[in-house]
Amino acid sequence: MITKKDVEYIAGLARIHLQDQEIEKLTGNLEDILGYIEKLEKLDVSQVEPTSHALPVQNVFRDDVVRPSLSQSDALKNAPQQHNGAFKVPQVIE
Amino acid sequence: MSLNELTAHEILGLIKTKKTTPNDVYQSVISAVREKDSAVKAYVRTCENNADLATLKADAKFPIPTTNKDNICISGHETTCSSKILAGFKPPYDATVIKKLKETGALFVGNANMDEFAFGSSTENSAFGPSRNPWNLDCVPGGSSGGSAAAVASDQTIWALGSDTGGSIRQPASFCGVVGVKPTYGRVSRFGLIAFASSLDQIGPLTKDVTDAALLLNIISGYDPMDSTSINEPVPDYTKSLTGDVRGLKIGIPKEFFIEGLDPEVRQAVEAAIEVLKAKGAVFKTVSLPHSEYSVATYYIIATAEASSNLARYDGVRFGLREQAKTLRKAPIIDMFEETRDAGFGAESKRRIMLGTYSLSSGYYDAYYLRAQKVRTLIKNDFDAVFADCDAILTPTAPTTAFKIGEKTDDPLAMYLSDIYTISVNLAGIPAMSLPCGFSKAGLPIGLQIITKHFAEETMLRVAHTYEQATDWHKKVAKV
Repeated sequence: MITKKDVEYIAGLARIHLQDQEIEKLTGNLEDILGYIEKLEKLDVSQVEPTSHALPVQNVFRDDVVRPSLSQSDALKNAPQQHNGAFKVPQVIE
Repeated sequence: MSLNELTAHEILGLIKTKKTTPNDVYQSVISAVREKDSAVKAYVRTCENNADLATLKADAKFPIPTTNKDNICISGHETTCSSKILAGFKPPYDATVIKKLKETGALFVGNANMDEFAFGSSTENSAFGPSRNPWNLDCVPGGSSGGSAAAVASDQTIWALGSDTGGSIRQPASFCGVVGVKPTYGRVSRFGLIAFASSLDQIGPLTKDVTDAALLLNIISGYDPMDSTSINEPVPDYTKSLTGDVRGLKIGIPKEFFIEGLDPEVRQAVEAAIEVLKAKGAVFKTVSLPHSEYSVATYYIIATAEASSNLARYDGVRFGLREQAKTLRKAPIIDMFEETRDAGFGAESKRRIMLGTYSLSSGYYDAYYLRAQKVRTLIKNDFDAVFADCDAILTPTAPTTAFKIGEKTDDPLAMYLSDIYTISVNLAGIPAMSLPCGFSKAGLPIGLQIITKHFAEETMLRVAHTYEQATDWHKKVAKV
């Protein structure tokens, strides 16, 4: 059972400031979807290994060498606000 | 027939014999866009200038008008995933597939509409509004690569790129009557594809016929050190697999796919396709994929968990939208994150981020995410068991033809279930494609799905091409 309070808590974790009517709607939506997903509980998976990746690829390394990368100005080009070659954000520390 | 209606391989033939030029073809496509796109709305943005044409080399191998999906980065060209949160974002680099296409002389027409961040099956979740199905403008083109499929189907391009996380190339290909390929996971580099679910996403072609799909796959496939999940397997010339010979090939028909919920007209069309391939010498047998009924539930845990993590980067700091909070609620920077994400994401994106965050949150991880990963193993094992004895699997691509715009927007679960035949393929990481196999009485296209094992794209294309050459569905043109 998903409550409004659960939805507000998850929205906090997801860093979304939901409006009241959105919280209302999402409570019903998540309840429906999670109700459908409950069908997975019917399966016995106690002896099954999880798959995180469809192909057996492990430990992909590259040589530790310096390669060209984005310039500082290119990296900053899309920033909503910048200052002295850095991303500018609202105050973080009091 | 005007040039924009041709396939890439037909155009290449005409260019070779000097019967046309890349410029003529490009202009023909651009005038089709001007004429038709106010009705179809396939594009979110067209290339304002024909810069690619100006720099085209005389010896370019594939000077073909090409449509990009709005989630694949082209350097300096606004790319937004059809989302408000990426408004104005101009990537500072090319995706690997774009780099490869540019090297062969591709002429980019524009970016195609999609469901926001590829979250959807209809393009109705786009911040720019829905695209329309060229066969019936009141219907959806499918999604999430709906704009790409609609552009190809309405001859507003020659071919297009799409991306497929749970069916997002194949289902719109089916709804729009074009060919769409989801390659093996790792076959095509994801570098520069804006991530939705990293363990499932794959870029692929949407084309007018199977030969073009093979050609475009030749261009975009291959190992890329910039994508650590791309696989270092040699890339064959896929056009060589178009032999027209399927004699003795063993094709499985999964009984779980032909049950309740399958539209009788779709069933009939697929059964007729089986007869066509039988006549060509393929051998059919009934097989079982016993965990099929769990694929949608498994997918919506795994895909949303990965999406919630991938979409954490949209925080108003480095790119895209920033909204300032009007009053102080938590802390100035947290308020900015939360206001930006509330204003920037559409309803479906929020739904998926919330679902994914929930299933990854403390106390629920084992019950949802870990369990889904285990069921993913069972789904993958089902395919392995079938491919031990079969060369390919044949199914409908979607349970129905294109639905009406608005029909499923209030019922997310009903929308999710329209991907029921395509989703398990992504969970298993195997290749699959859709190609036209008929029309409903209402005149809407029906799609046939062909699935093969990892890196067996050649067998898949061979079956598809053999069927295509025996039928003429791919020659039918939507009149817009």
